[in-house]
Amino acid sequence: MDFDFSVIGRNIVYFMIGQYPHGHLGGIALTLYLAIVSCVLSFIGGLILGLLSVSPFRIVRYVTVVVINAIRGIPLLMVIFWMYFLLPALVGGPMPEAQTVIAALTIFTSAYMAEIVRAGIEGIEKGQTEAAISTGLRPWQAMFYIVLPQGLRNMVPSFVNQFVSLIKDTSLAFIVGVSELTHVATQINNRTMVYPTEIFFFIAIVYFVICYAFTSLSRWLEKRLTWSHR
Amino acid sequence: MFNYQFDWAIVTSGKYFDWIVSGTITTIQISAVSIVLAFLLGLVVAVMRMSGFTPSRWAALVFLEFTRNTPLLVQIFFWYFGSYKILPTVVNDWLGTLNFEFAAGVIALTIYTSAFIAEDIRSGIRSIPKEQMEAARSAGFSYLRSMQYIILPQAIRIIIPPLINQFLNLTKNSSLAMTIGVAELTYQARQVESYTFKGYEAFTAATLVYLAMSLVIAIAVNFYNKYVLTPVRGR
Repeated sequence: MDFDFSVIGRNIVYFMIGQYPHGHLGGIALTLYLAIVSCVLSFIGGLILGLLSVSPFRIVRYVTVVVINAIRGIPLLMVIFWMYFLLPALVGGPMPEAQTVIAALTIFTSAYMAEIVRAGIEGIEKGQTEAAISTGLRPWQAMFYIVLPQGLRNMVPSFVNQFVSLIKDTSLAFIVGVSELTHVATQINNRTMVYPTEIFFFIAIVYFVICYAFTSLSRWLEKRLTWSHR
Repeated sequence: MFNYQFDWAIVTSGKYFDWIVSGTITTIQISAVSIVLAFLLGLVVAVMRMSGFTPSRWAALVFLEFTRNTPLLVQIFFWYFGSYKILPTVVNDWLGTLNFEFAAGVIALTIYTSAFIAEDIRSGIRSIPKEQMEAARSAGFSYLRSMQYIILPQAIRIIIPPLINQFLNLTKNSSLAMTIGVAELTYQARQVESYTFKGYEAFTAATLVYLAMSLVIAIAVNFYNKYVLTPVRGR
């Protein structure tokens, strides 16, 4: 039971940026890149799906809810494998693995974001919409100018929590060979052989520091953003 | 894709069908074992988190934050590759006699899930009015005995629906155990794909099994809320 953490120091640059600038970006930098790009895309996707799931047209609403629940019903790993098979067939050529993972993370997280958006919209009292419509706004104007701005404010902490999940989920990119932090760790582990405990404990700490920072931010926002001054 | 020959017979009968079935069984097995252990561990952590003894509260808090803010995949790798350095020799020898992949998967899934279950249990316990605890304590029960005889029997009814949902999350999370070679559903689907090059069929079969499990569990929760919880708590 003797630990030797010098293996971390010897590979610290590789942990941070992978083979960059001599090769692809990797390590922590790639993890953050995947998380941020997927987060922005799935925010848009979640907003669209969320708005569709409160649509006044019953058919649209039902189809959207079925799609959202189907995505939430399968593991992320399945979505990644689906993208891995479907995307090359759809674009008619090979697809870079990083983009495959971004597509999978976006589709998967959009379904969860959509639920946040729906809950946020339903959390705004009906009276707001009614008042907006009675002042002469159209229903879509009431949604975009009155309900959504208030709802989005309440959704912010949940979005940050979802971003934390996203950072953790980027570790699955390992499966299709994207050299983000977990993949880099397994590479170093395969090369050095005798320090698995140190290596995986170290990357757990790295993930923890990043995720805990955002979890704390989310808690602070939750206190800060509640409408207590009414 | 457009000149792809679908061959659904591959996954509806024969050897590959058996693989998918055995994958489904392994998924259910690893989830069932883990949910039981995770519930027990989660209960301990929740009680530690709520006790008046500061060190135990802090230990529980550190455990919860650390487990919930690190990826499950990293935890699985940690236990699979790295556990031999931190576990006592006796435990290592014992794990060696078992199916080690399965055991490491169970350890990681149990610890990861227990953190979420602990929070569910805590909010269930907090929903019981605190006069119940005060009454139990003044009747002479110790803290742990009041929990055991007064608070937990009432809280468990409220805890069951989130617990069932955690089981659903667990079945989905158990797909990550394929990375260390546990032959669960996703692993088997991938095996079928690499033996037959019929990726669409294999992953459609696995996806449908996961969806069926989600559906059954969603129905179970609705049933429980309607026929067990509502009569007790009112609407």
